[in-house]
Amino acid sequence: MDTFVQQLINGLNVGAIYALIALGYTMVYGILRLINFAHGDIYMVGAFAGYGLAYFIAAKLGLAGPSWAGLLIVLVGAMIVAALVGMAVERFAYRPVRKYSRMTTLITAIGVSLLIENLFVARYGGQGRGFPQLLQDDTYRLFGNAAISKSQILIFVVSIALMLLLQWIIYKTKVGTAMRAVSFNLNSAKLMGINTNLIITFTFALGSALAAAAGVLTAQYSPTIDPLMGITTGLKAFVAAVLGGIGNIPGAVLGGLLIGVAETMVVGYGANVGIASTYRDAVAFAILILVLLLRPSGLLGSTVQEKV
Amino acid sequence: MRRTLIALGLTAALVAASGCTSRSTNNCTDPGGVIKVGVYGDLTGQTSSFGQSTRNGSQMAADEINAAGGINGRQVQLILEDDQGEPGKAATVVGKLVNQDQVRALIGEVASSNSIAAAPTAQEAKVPMISPSSTNPKVTQIGDYIFRVCFIDPFQGEVMAKFAANTLKAKRAAILFDSNSDYSKGLIQFFKSSFVDKLSGTVVAEQAYAQRDRDFTGQLTQIRSANPDVIYVPGYYQEVGVIAKQAKQLGIKAPLLGGDGWDSPQLWDLGGEALNGSFISNHYSVDDPSPVIQDFVKRYKAKYNGTAPDALAALAYDAMMVLADAIKRANGTECAALRDAIAQTKDFKGITGVISLNADRNAVKPAVVLELRDKRFVYKETINPDSGPGTTASPAASTSPANTNASPTANSSPAGNTSGGNTSAANKAAPNTMRNANAGNMNKP
Repeated sequence: MDTFVQQLINGLNVGAIYALIALGYTMVYGILRLINFAHGDIYMVGAFAGYGLAYFIAAKLGLAGPSWAGLLIVLVGAMIVAALVGMAVERFAYRPVRKYSRMTTLITAIGVSLLIENLFVARYGGQGRGFPQLLQDDTYRLFGNAAISKSQILIFVVSIALMLLLQWIIYKTKVGTAMRAVSFNLNSAKLMGINTNLIITFTFALGSALAAAAGVLTAQYSPTIDPLMGITTGLKAFVAAVLGGIGNIPGAVLGGLLIGVAETMVVGYGANVGIASTYRDAVAFAILILVLLLRPSGLLGSTVQEKV
Repeated sequence: MRRTLIALGLTAALVAASGCTSRSTNNCTDPGGVIKVGVYGDLTGQTSSFGQSTRNGSQMAADEINAAGGINGRQVQLILEDDQGEPGKAATVVGKLVNQDQVRALIGEVASSNSIAAAPTAQEAKVPMISPSSTNPKVTQIGDYIFRVCFIDPFQGEVMAKFAANTLKAKRAAILFDSNSDYSKGLIQFFKSSFVDKLSGTVVAEQAYAQRDRDFTGQLTQIRSANPDVIYVPGYYQEVGVIAKQAKQLGIKAPLLGGDGWDSPQLWDLGGEALNGSFISNHYSVDDPSPVIQDFVKRYKAKYNGTAPDALAALAYDAMMVLADAIKRANGTECAALRDAIAQTKDFKGITGVISLNADRNAVKPAVVLELRDKRFVYKETINPDSGPGTTASPAASTSPANTNASPTANSSPAGNTSGGNTSAANKAAPNTMRNANAGNMNKP
């Protein structure tokens, strides 16, 4: 029992990270019908920004070692940096090609992804680097063997807080209303006097900031970052977004948590039914295929009549 | 116009292709002049500290050889290639080194999977390849031009099994291995056969992960529920650092055991203090007080800004020196002559021990067990192979240009090692394999 509870905690933890990243995919898709393949790399950029900031504050502000203030600065700082990078990508890569077909934008996204990855490999090398510890990592025993570590609690608390904040922005603020209007129909929104370019840029900033938070949180939990860390994680978050129903915000969260739990359970109990633990990545993609076959609109997505 | 362009393009392609084929054979006869040696490894990928150490070690050896007047008056030139730690790219860069650069010999790789991928190219072109540190047995089985200067995994796996059973008194072992790596898969197999069949222990859990995984809590949770005495994790440092950290987060107290794949300055950066109390098997200890090793460490630090040489750097240095010694004896680099000269390497006094190559082109050497403590690999004990290298050859048979130092075989009696009792069964090896035994007295906690 304690092993099962532990696996559930582990799975929800991984899932919370996927959910944070999936939100960015789903918001951008909701507004532009674009699958932003560079989003996984923004997650990586966020982690690297956090890494740089952690060393910067250790050197300049004397905040070496674990501290709440340091963690907050690194988290918020990384989110800001990633938001700026996300905005720049939108402005200089996607906006110029937005007027062409969606395929053009999609291929541009793949290009941007490769560009970011390889710029980082060229600059920092492909080897992983250790992320400085920003909080004292204590482990709390729940019952039996089941335990939860401080970094796991942090992931839950921060991701829930950010998701609530996102919900508030989208449903209670003017800019959120504008985002929803743009996602319904970009051209009508423009006619209503909404500055659609600004809203699109804001959406990219928001999604990128969430991805950066995921990057810093992951780096606390498994303390290594490398320029290619966003590829697999980004793909799985994309699967999570599709599973939940791409374009649907609660769906992205649900999808992320489901993928995280599913792959952890494969590691934990797959051997009992003849699935080796190394199939964990395959499981996410098997889920993707099943979803596309059985319920293409995703778990929470609404079926839309395809416009021809 | 368009047709003309296509025709032009085709012609250009043909010219390029024919240009390639005309160069694509490596001539077996020695061209004379500067001796080109190809060094390939992972310089920018996931395990880049492996390649960088190999580069540094071999470069230092080459520089020392050249400063001492070269090999029979000929200078050595190293040509470096980066394979980013990927088997496919390893084969490609070796093809480039062999066909385009026309190297006379190769040094590399570290990771066994990459050596296995690249070796057939070297074998086909009859270019001798010395792997400094690939320990999987399959590497040298690829052909008679493939050598190595390190021990192999049947021994390395056995070393850790013996250490776990005899020194740590472990009965229950769990295994967590890297399913992408021939090195890791080989090691667990040999660990199991030794720990279970010979030392009557049990393996209570066996879990696998994939390279680039970042979350190991699923596997570790299952391992924790099996309640093992030790956990054998023969992976590479990149994943191991994270595994140690997450094991600690889950409250796992059993010590982690590993192999030489852990040896990297990067390991501490990733695992931090979670690594304390783990043990690894390795090729040499930087703390070894023997003058040869300490002198090597000093020269290496002076050359590379104070970085201490890890085992991979020392092995790369030895690989280059063994090669130089063989070229000297073969008096040139004609393929077959050089191959035979390398194969005849006997009692070569290297940094990592006395190197004699056996009929399978592997070195038979002792291993050291090191404890990880406060960002240091602290010497624990030496475990010797059951069958030592041939003892009949005279030690004077080997001469090396750079090994003018005092003999590295600063032996102490096996009893000098306080843990000798545990390893006495293995200590019947040839005396020249006991070089590290004396280190135990200095560094024992």
